[in-house]
Amino acid sequence: MTSAVTDIRTVFSRELRPTLRQPFTIIISMVQPLVFLGLFAPLLPDTGGSALQWFVPGIVVMSALFAASMTGSNLLMEAQTGSHERSLVTPLRRSALLIGRALKEVVPIFAQATLIIAVSVPFGFRFDPSGAVLGMLILGTFSVGLGALSYSLALASKNQDWLFWTVQQTVLFPLLLLAGMLLPIDGGPGWLRAAARFNPLTYVVDAERALFDGEVWAATTVTGALAAVAVCALGLTVGVRAMRRDA
Amino acid sequence: MMIETRGLTKHFKDVRAVQGIDLAVEPGELVALLGPNGAGKSTTLRMLTTLIEPTSGSAAVAGFDVVRQQREVRQRIGYIGQGNGAGHNQRGRDELVSQGRAYGMRTRDARVRAAELIDSLGLAEVADRTGSTLSGGQRRRLDIAMGLVHEPPLLFLDEPSTGLDPQNRTNLQEHILRLRAARDTTVVLTTHYLDEADSMAERVIVVDHGQVIADDSPARLKAKHVGDRITLGFASEADARTAAGRVPHRVEHTATTLLITVDGAPELLPGLLDDLRLHGVPPTSIEVTRPTLDDVFLELTGRSLREGA
Repeated sequence: MTSAVTDIRTVFSRELRPTLRQPFTIIISMVQPLVFLGLFAPLLPDTGGSALQWFVPGIVVMSALFAASMTGSNLLMEAQTGSHERSLVTPLRRSALLIGRALKEVVPIFAQATLIIAVSVPFGFRFDPSGAVLGMLILGTFSVGLGALSYSLALASKNQDWLFWTVQQTVLFPLLLLAGMLLPIDGGPGWLRAAARFNPLTYVVDAERALFDGEVWAATTVTGALAAVAVCALGLTVGVRAMRRDA
Repeated sequence: MMIETRGLTKHFKDVRAVQGIDLAVEPGELVALLGPNGAGKSTTLRMLTTLIEPTSGSAAVAGFDVVRQQREVRQRIGYIGQGNGAGHNQRGRDELVSQGRAYGMRTRDARVRAAELIDSLGLAEVADRTGSTLSGGQRRRLDIAMGLVHEPPLLFLDEPSTGLDPQNRTNLQEHILRLRAARDTTVVLTTHYLDEADSMAERVIVVDHGQVIADDSPARLKAKHVGDRITLGFASEADARTAAGRVPHRVEHTATTLLITVDGAPELLPGLLDDLRLHGVPPTSIEVTRPTLDDVFLELTGRSLREGA
């Protein structure tokens, strides 16, 4: 019998394979973030070239948010075509079926982040390499958790696929706007700032901005990391439970 | 014993899908679960393959309990469900290798095994394309390959030929029979195709309303529940009446025809004809109808399987 680690590796590499075979598919979930980068960033009031410094980390998180929240659609499709059922009859652990999938999220998300940064540098975006690496770790952790939640949603929507997209879209945009990803929250009304404080994504976005700027040893890094770990733990717990219940 | 169930039962919210099934399947048997849609065939199969847990009763598959020893059961069975086992965005060969890995094969061995299956199921031309670009028949063959990667001693197939054209259906049946001849694999399949159950299975378990209502070889089921029908026509009513007196079997007599229900009509008929001719009442027409499993089902339930299917 296989070990848990082997099971996770089997699932991880299976899930990653279509992306490796057709790397350009990574761009599909990036279309909107790139549109914002191209058409929204120029509208920001530029005070001494700082707009891009503020905006690009937000777009990096946005692209992770889009990709990880959509990733369940693949499982949803496989639940409907039968290949998920087939995997449930193999000796692969239920937990591995979820964790392997969620971990795989990290790869396209890192690739997207690299692409966004590469596109932004010629326009004057500057970043601190060690801060960026730490930022990627936080973003990766957050994405694993969000991906796991997306898979849980897919399992819950197995017999009604409209549910998946309705919930995904309904949750995505408030989460995104309340994290100050496109516009700063600071100038907003009190209730909105209060709501933003309950959004874990706020802390992740703040941490990314500080880290890309080179503020590695800062409180924002700690709160960002904690928020990411919390989302990751929540996602994996909910996801593994959903997968175990699934039949 | 390869499969042994006792009082296997599954109730969904307000549906009693399976109601106390007792089954015993020996190694090497080829068994068809036959019944109309909603009879409980697939639910039974899903319990035996650990996809759902029974409400009550127990089942041991390949020697292990389907609730307490799920991984042990899963390691030893192959399952080909109603859908497509291989992912639509995956290449067939990749899926076969992943499937081998899932059963604990080393990557190198899984690759070798995948190549073998691709070859023997005639998938060479499409194995490196994604599932979504394959035809229905090709996908089904890939599904079969997925179920066979780890050479399971016990193979379950849920409605394997639904949606296939007659040619692909015949192909599929040949594959299953060949596999069985080569490895002595125990095969359990569900079907609502009568001819499929008839031509493939040595043992047919007829399921209706979640219960087993008959369990035997197709030939014995037909002999026991229906029998062959011989229709003889005569020149006159008098001839028919005389002939009716000479036939030592169940006879229905209407005007100039006799309807005889009997086991083994082909063996009986030559002697019967000689006898009737000898007594001066030769029949003017003869028709022999051999029963189908549908006749068996009709006899057992008063309903036709074809209506439900």
